[in-house]
Amino acid sequence: MTAVLDRAGESTSAHAPVRTPRRARRRLGDVIVPVFAALAFVYLLVPVAYTVVFSFNDAGKTNLVWQGFTLENWQNPCGAPQVCEAFANSLQVGVVSTIIATALGTLVAIALVRFRFRGRATTNLLIFLPMSTPEVVLGAALLAQFLTLRVPLGFGTVVAAHVLFCISFVVVTVKARVAGLDPALEEAAADLYASPWQAFWRVTFPLLVPGIAAAALLAFSLSFDDFIVTSFTSGSYTTFPKFVYVSATRGIPPQANVISSFMFVLALVIVVLVQVLGYARSKRLGAR
Amino acid sequence: MSIAAALGDSVAGVAAEPPRRRARRAHLVLLGPGVVYLVLFFVVPVGALLATSLYVPVPGGDVGEYQPAFHWQNYVDALAQFWPALLRSFWFAFLATLAALVIGYPMAYVIAVRARGRRLLQGLLLVLVVAPFFTSFILRTIAWKQILADDAFVVTALHVLHLLPADARLTATPFAVVSGLTYNFLPFMVLPIFAALERLDSRLLEAGADLYASPATTFRTVTWPLSLPGVVAGTLLVFIPAAGDYVNASLLGNNTNTTMIGQVIDARFFKVLDYPTAASLSVVLMVAILLLVGAYIRRSGTEDLL
Repeated sequence: MTAVLDRAGESTSAHAPVRTPRRARRRLGDVIVPVFAALAFVYLLVPVAYTVVFSFNDAGKTNLVWQGFTLENWQNPCGAPQVCEAFANSLQVGVVSTIIATALGTLVAIALVRFRFRGRATTNLLIFLPMSTPEVVLGAALLAQFLTLRVPLGFGTVVAAHVLFCISFVVVTVKARVAGLDPALEEAAADLYASPWQAFWRVTFPLLVPGIAAAALLAFSLSFDDFIVTSFTSGSYTTFPKFVYVSATRGIPPQANVISSFMFVLALVIVVLVQVLGYARSKRLGAR
Repeated sequence: MSIAAALGDSVAGVAAEPPRRRARRAHLVLLGPGVVYLVLFFVVPVGALLATSLYVPVPGGDVGEYQPAFHWQNYVDALAQFWPALLRSFWFAFLATLAALVIGYPMAYVIAVRARGRRLLQGLLLVLVVAPFFTSFILRTIAWKQILADDAFVVTALHVLHLLPADARLTATPFAVVSGLTYNFLPFMVLPIFAALERLDSRLLEAGADLYASPATTFRTVTWPLSLPGVVAGTLLVFIPAAGDYVNASLLGNNTNTTMIGQVIDARFFKVLDYPTAASLSVVLMVAILLLVGAYIRRSGTEDLL
């Protein structure tokens, strides 16, 4: 990691072979900033590494102290009671909330960028407010509402709550993508006798897909990892983060670390794949 | 069908009158579902929260039974009892935001400026920034607890180096809570600053150097002002969730001098079934944050962030 950062530093100074005192001072900064950043990366990643390492811990029920290496937890990820049930619940909530939030948020984002209408500022405010409200207040408000209406808490209320806090992030993400689209492309489609319907599906939508995909991934990760809003709106329904929090007092089974590490590796693979594909594509386009 | 038609109209019919009238209805179709959702599950619940905050117990009723009223005294009582936790939340959130800025800015700078032009390296470093999001928030916080634990490496090393008095500890202290908050929300600081710095034109930095500005001066007069929108967005994205968080305080803190307002709201709701107090504290927290955020955005001149 440090090696990588050092190389980054070298590349900047490589432009300036002439060494003046000013350059010397800059070189000091060239070293200090990357080293500080490298330490910051360590700070950021140590707890992640800790979580992954402890998924291999030969621990009985409480995964607090290192007992020895074992693959048993990975071979039997559902070995602890309720772990997989909570995990499956989280996946379900995540997928359903992501689909709803992405659909609703994408439509709102398109409207906000493409149309000038009365109430636009109010709509923007309505999008911004849930993002600037702490989760505990969102949870408390939803719970107050559900209690007032005597709605039974469970899967439905959790999804309703997750969609709420995901929508705003979807709108913001997709909005940036819509704003970056060249309207000339759709005009060209219209000039080529595409109906508005065809123009949308064959020109606009494919161009929006990366933004919508990014928004959906963001929504899923927000939903999958949410604890605070979930704990207010779930009643006895258990999601993965809630399971971990509740079992924290009596000891978290190593299987929770296994599931968390598995999701980590999966996400990492997806992101790296997207990055590498994008990199290869840009190389190919650049070569032409 | 109408959505695509609407889009097409907005594009094709910029000047023409009749399509424009159709487009006027089209934005309602696009906005409708999302806005209705936000009204039903945000505006109305906040209304329910306000109403609940004024409820009074049913005379002679069970614990947790309340009836509608306009009992404003709830706010006075709640604040009189819990103002230390409220102030502490803002103080902890402020410290965590500051720490995240100090730690996160150099990270964003290295990724955006030093690794510029190396897409693969940049991509890799960005993946590392968001990597913590891929493991459970709660598990990472518990990992922190273990890392800061009394018999673990960090504390032992600090004791050996005499950087920490022999009887002092890191867990169950305000330091542990603030470091947990900083840790958990750090990526939210790095990403917007990175986005702002990435748009920074390298030629401006070269121009600074050509005009005999020291690197520090170039940073102060060119880089920092241009990264300000990212800094404002980052500080908000850290401060807001940190102020309302109760996971860090309850997992890493103790019960005396680290209680945050989120813990109080949670406990009032679920342990004491004191809904009016929980609701009034929530309203106070929400209003206080909105006022702070509004003042901050206005002061930093980044209204277009909205």
